[in-house]
Amino acid sequence: MYNFEFVKPSTVAEAVSALGEEDAQALGGGQTLLPTMKQRLASPSKLVSLSGIADMKGVSADGGVLTIGGGTTHGTVAAEAGAYPALADLASHIGDPAVRNRGTIGGSLANNDPSACYPSAALASGATIVTNTREIAADDYFQGMFTTALNEGEIITAVKFPIPQAANYQKFLQPASRFALVGVFVAKYADGVRVAVTGASEEGVFRWSEAEEALNKEFRPDALMDLKVAPANMIGDLHGTKEYRAHLVGVMTKRAVTAAG
Amino acid sequence: MTQVSMTVNGQAASGDVEGRTLLSTFLREHLGLTGTHVGCDTSQCGACVVHVDGNAVKSCTILAAEADGADVATIESQAAADGTLNAVQQAFQDHHGLQCGFCTPGMVMSAVALLKDNPSPSEAEIRAYLEGNICRCTGYHNIVKAIMAASGQDVSAIAAE
Ligand SMILES: Cc1cc2nc3c(=O)[nH]c(=O)nc-3n(C[C@H](O)[C@H](O)[C@H](O)COP(=O)(O)OP(=O)(O)OC[C@H]3O[C@@H](n4cnc5c(N)ncnc54)[C@H](O)[C@@H]3O)c2cc1C
Ligand code: FES
Ligand code: FES
Repeated sequence: MYNFEFVKPSTVAEAVSALGEEDAQALGGGQTLLPTMKQRLASPSKLVSLSGIADMKGVSADGGVLTIGGGTTHGTVAAEAGAYPALADLASHIGDPAVRNRGTIGGSLANNDPSACYPSAALASGATIVTNTREIAADDYFQGMFTTALNEGEIITAVKFPIPQAANYQKFLQPASRFALVGVFVAKYADGVRVAVTGASEEGVFRWSEAEEALNKEFRPDALMDLKVAPANMIGDLHGTKEYRAHLVGVMTKRAVTAAG
Repeated sequence: MTQVSMTVNGQAASGDVEGRTLLSTFLREHLGLTGTHVGCDTSQCGACVVHVDGNAVKSCTILAAEADGADVATIESQAAADGTLNAVQQAFQDHHGLQCGFCTPGMVMSAVALLKDNPSPSEAEIRAYLEGNICRCTGYHNIVKAIMAASGQDVSAIAAE
């Protein structure tokens, strides 16, 4: 890892100004960024740690919306997001306990790894990504693998999740990395069902609209019987072919619907 | 270079570090606490697990500068001053929970963190908690057994491997 200057501001405003410098980068829990820097795939001249910003931490539920600070660790979400059990459960299965004690929701959503768990929850919940300058709807936020609507130096300060009537996340584990080989988040709201799939597509997390339509008619796994996902845009690698991932999308969606009840 | 100060195993510790200095490097090379092992350096193996403000973290994936002001505990803090092993360490010895011993510091630190949150974990809970701790020797069976024994549970029904 190349050397860099390290700063740890205590407010969002100070962090934003530190990030204004060329080649400065935000540091969340470092669980993705530090390994990337060790491989010299990133070499910022300055790291701006967000871990000292108290305003960016914590979980609160109010009026049917769960708000999670952008600097909140997966471990804290697992322990404190009881108002949205499917989300707490998702957080409790990210990586391992030591990763969950450092990694943050803001870091996960900013990174938008095509196999990460949180992007599917945010998209399936129609969450709002709150930054230091604006609010971005999840439908506009995810723009393909490792690509988001965030501008240079923009910080995710919070994420707002409307709490669904029923929801479930099913993760088919890639046993070596502990990420999702395929993960499906199903959330049922008064105004409709949303289904978001991670791990599967070369275009990153996506909504499976045919499944949403079928589940809007009938919220039962059988409603998905005749649906198939086309393998063409799926990820194919040594862990699973395109066809295998396409098949898993159907299986995991049915399991999620069953578990959501 | 920046100065960092933290409490390590109950004692004040400080030193000058670069931005990129990892906590594992600070512990091993600056403080000479080589009980914390670095197996992979890529956040996979868990040999480097220490406690930072009471939470298990991989010390190869946190900057020393991030731990400035923190309370850090390493494997060296686990036995009593006279060398008496703590319950988890003693159980690892009694139940043959280690072979080469390379993963053991991280295993013990993870196990201690688990038992603090969950004083009587099931076998499945122990295995899930150790997801990020890799052992290339034991096959895990005796590690799980040792942790169950350390938590005061009867392990006579669990077959020896
Ligand atoms: C062994 C292991 C297993 C894992 N398993 C899983 C898994 O099963 N599922 C899963 O989803 N993830 C998994 N992860 C990834 C983990 O969840 C990371 O914590 C997460 O991807 C990144 O979060 P972070 O806070 O560590 O961010 P960092 O690594 O610090 O940063 C990642 C990126 O986000 C930017 N960033 C950080 N915080 C913010 C913010 N608030 N606003 C804007 N930009 C920001 C950084 O500049 C950087 O570009 C795993 C990681 C490891 C090491
Ligand atoms: S050395 Fe830190 S996880 Fe392997
Ligand atoms: S005892 Fe050798 S790696 Fe675990």
